[in-house]
Amino acid sequence: MVARVMSGNEVVAYGVKLSRAEIVPSYPITPQTTIVEQIAEFIANGEMRAELMRVESEYAAMGACIGASLMGARTFTATSSQGLAFMHELTHWAAGSRLPIVMAVVNRAMAPPWNIWADQQDVLSQRDTGWLSLFCETNQEVLDTCIQAFRISEDREVLLPVMFSLDGFMLSHTSEPVELPKQGDVDGFLPESRRPPLLDVDHPTTLFNVPVPEQYMEFRHWIEKSMDAARRVIPKADREFKRRFGRGYRGMLEPYWLEGAEVALLTAGSVCGTVRDVVESLRKRGEKVGMIKLRSFRPFPSEELRRACEGLRVLGVADRACSFGMGGIIFSDVSAALQPLNVRVLGFIAGLGGRDITHRDIWRMFKRCIRAIEVTPARAIEWFV
Amino acid sequence: MREELVEEELFAPGHRACAGCGATLAVRLALKALGKNVIVANATGCVEVISTPYPETAWRVPWIHAAFENAAAVASGVEAALKSLGRRGVKVVAIAGDGGTADIGLQALSGAVERGHDFIYICYDNEAYMNTGIQRSSATPFGAWTTTTPVGRVKRGKDRPKKDVPAIIAAHGAPYVATASVAYPIDLIKKLRKAAATEGPTYIHIHCPCPPGWRFDSDKMIEVARLAVLSGAWILYEIKNGRLNVTIKPPKRRPVSDYLKMQGRFKHLTDAEIAEIQRTVDERCRHLGVG
Repeated sequence: MVARVMSGNEVVAYGVKLSRAEIVPSYPITPQTTIVEQIAEFIANGEMRAELMRVESEYAAMGACIGASLMGARTFTATSSQGLAFMHELTHWAAGSRLPIVMAVVNRAMAPPWNIWADQQDVLSQRDTGWLSLFCETNQEVLDTCIQAFRISEDREVLLPVMFSLDGFMLSHTSEPVELPKQGDVDGFLPESRRPPLLDVDHPTTLFNVPVPEQYMEFRHWIEKSMDAARRVIPKADREFKRRFGRGYRGMLEPYWLEGAEVALLTAGSVCGTVRDVVESLRKRGEKVGMIKLRSFRPFPSEELRRACEGLRVLGVADRACSFGMGGIIFSDVSAALQPLNVRVLGFIAGLGGRDITHRDIWRMFKRCIRAIEVTPARAIEWFV
Repeated sequence: MREELVEEELFAPGHRACAGCGATLAVRLALKALGKNVIVANATGCVEVISTPYPETAWRVPWIHAAFENAAAVASGVEAALKSLGRRGVKVVAIAGDGGTADIGLQALSGAVERGHDFIYICYDNEAYMNTGIQRSSATPFGAWTTTTPVGRVKRGKDRPKKDVPAIIAAHGAPYVATASVAYPIDLIKKLRKAAATEGPTYIHIHCPCPPGWRFDSDKMIEVARLAVLSGAWILYEIKNGRLNVTIKPPKRRPVSDYLKMQGRFKHLTDAEIAEIQRTVDERCRHLGVG
């Protein structure tokens, strides 16, 4: 095991190399670009054997991913924000085609106003496409999630594409020490892809034709069933990863210091690190607070969340995105999942467009939650503007 | 030539195309020319919809449909994977209509040609969005009635000329670009075989009359297609490594009115408007050396 200080984007490139991706169609967009630049370097230096397709748009990137993945090639792409939105028709298509494509999403705000900084509106707006969607807190988790993503995606019970998120700049351009596993060990965890091509001249098939209403719905139902299977496959892959590499992330969500907690804050991405700090200082003052880190947004770990929240009185949800006219996107899902429990859910919208979510902000969120144990708050959703 | 054609139909009968459909004849001839070692990426459109009512299919070659604007991008991914996985002897073919080529898919086509993928792109040009019900595309010719360029008191059909996609692809430096017509099957097949034998991106643009869309009786499809060529309204040529060669030269060009008057979509045109179209056709014929 080698430890190196690397930016999140460099780490993604190493993850893709270690996962032996074969086809990488991509299009530049800040803050994603340095991922494919690094992959280009690997290929140019003969350290990685893959085809980097420098396509003319993100739309074509996903189109080429679909074509390559159909042929059985291990396929990866990366994008951000506007680029992800531009792909949107085909993110639906990739999932409906049941193709194990892996995509890194370097989270960035949606325009207008034009903004290149961290914000999860881009990835959360892909919610209903049928992709698995995972979040990372640290650069080490980025590496490990990238490798796990290929394994989860290619699992025969799943066969759905996976996107994993890292916050723009906060992870993508921030350097942290990361342990790089050996190629041989990764090969053991993630064997070479051996999917047969779906388009084969010796066995011609017609893919994605036109079913009538009496036939269409079954195809969609199969996606949902595979999402259910992913609820088992994600923790299993994470456990197996931990067994081999000594690092794990508790599957779909991580309960942090929930022992005896009355109040917790749920969030996703790099801000979890700040929340851990605040939880620690509040605990030192005797406050009964904890954190829930959401690692898998799709499939949403409703059952695991309910178990984690059993002793809680109030759960705050900090969203780095908003479903306008409703509130935080993760907040809505959490509220729905906790409906059978007697837990009050408060939503906080913070850190849009790269605005810092400070210790003080998190502190205030916890204070609101603690107060809500006794007093019903005037508003369930609050903007930290 | 005839003996060399496979008797087997790789585009099977029994599909849902209209009687006298030019586009499906183009596809049938194309597959006869190319044989079965092809993988087809088909854009959304008439050919896709009429050939694949689930769980049936008219395709006896591997076929994928992945959205409207996307045939060239998907084909490029398939081709890159074939190369990367070391599979040889299979040609990737993208098929799209004029809307999927000249409008919504032009960027994907341009990108895939510029990247130099080894594939054939076939545009079946029926000169409007026929699958959605005869709406104007950029390949609709000047003066044509469509449901979105209706003929009224102040507007008289399409007021812009047809976009010249083969010239655009030739400008990319593609090694082989050709136009074809369903009325000239031998010419069409030869061109597809040349495309298949060429390494790199090749482009075949096939003129495909559409009886319901162009408003003529379905038994007149070949006649309409042939008159387009005989009048010079549609010119059959190939551009090989940048050199243009007209493959079918009509001995004496017929007046373009013979072609226009067979079709209801042009029935509103006045003599002055027809004369204007004739002038444009003459100019283009001179430019390409058709005489």
